[in-house]
Amino acid sequence: MRVKSKLIIVLLSFVVCISTASVWAKEAQPMAADPEMEKLVNEISKELRCLVCQNQTIADSHAALAVDLKNQVRDMVASGKNQQEIVDYMVQRYGDFVRYRPPVKPTTYLLWVGPFILLIVGVVLLVSNLRKRRQVIADAPLSTDESDRLQSLLTTETSAGKNSGGEVKPS
Amino acid sequence: MSRNIRFLVPLIIFIVVAAFLYKGLSLNPREVPSPFINKPAPDFSLQKLDNMSEQFSNKDMLGKVWLLNVWASWCVACRQEHPLLVQMARRGDVPIYGLNYKDAPTQARQWLKQHGDPYVLSAVDYQGNVGIDYGVYGVPETFVIDKRGIIRHKVIGPISFNVLNECVMPLVKVLEQEDPQIVPTEYKGVEGCA
Repeated sequence: MRVKSKLIIVLLSFVVCISTASVWAKEAQPMAADPEMEKLVNEISKELRCLVCQNQTIADSHAALAVDLKNQVRDMVASGKNQQEIVDYMVQRYGDFVRYRPPVKPTTYLLWVGPFILLIVGVVLLVSNLRKRRQVIADAPLSTDESDRLQSLLTTETSAGKNSGGEVKPS
Repeated sequence: MSRNIRFLVPLIIFIVVAAFLYKGLSLNPREVPSPFINKPAPDFSLQKLDNMSEQFSNKDMLGKVWLLNVWASWCVACRQEHPLLVQMARRGDVPIYGLNYKDAPTQARQWLKQHGDPYVLSAVDYQGNVGIDYGVYGVPETFVIDKRGIIRHKVIGPISFNVLNECVMPLVKVLEQEDPQIVPTEYKGVEGCA
């Protein structure tokens, strides 16, 4: 009895798997007839942000809006529009945000150049600090008194056979 | 740099970063600024939901201040704002027109019967093409359109009581004062909408 019911469950789940697979097959998006054209559609879709799931392109997203927009791109490619025209069409409706790569224009200069400015500032600070530190180190030789003390400490330690590393600092 | 103010540098950097983060956290990343603000509403002509043999066009509304509310029977957030819209319609504040977005007309009619119909009429955007033209990316969205057919404001998501009283209604009042014959040099807004 148990074995039978288990068998039924396995069979049922198998049937469910197959039926859902066919549902997916139905929902698969229509492809442009020409594979070359479909490639272009994909390329453009990768440049456009899905506004529902904002960290995805409309090529990646399965949100209803993304599918609609991808179909729109496909229609426009089919009617002979080029990439620039299609991106402009989307920007006109959804704003610059729809572009996955922000355009270079006055309001985005800081965005594009900012990291490089920070990098340059960082490098300048680093170099000037390193230079300063080298001067500090070079300017502090041991006085005669200090080097005598160091010498005496070193000899006592060696004679006592002790190793008290770290306690004596040269400067 | 003197040694006294040197220790202030990390503090200043911290304050600047904290200020940016604080501002950033108060922004809503879901709100994409519409490129249509102060631009003409895109033209459309669609079937009316209650009488599919007739068409409704945005051009029919020239000379009036009106709201275009994008809704659908499958839209859960629409239920949230719906009582407010029904109330507005009852008061006759401003004509509300519906854009029934990617919805089955029979279900849409059923939904209006069930929840009340605040719309002068609803236009059927079955394919969602007009939605794309208007840059709709989530339902509900509400466009405030002036007498010259210019979109003056867009509310993304359900209209709340506060948004209605502090932004939409004051803006409608301002727009109703405007003369449609005069092309404004600068578009007036209201503080509550900023």
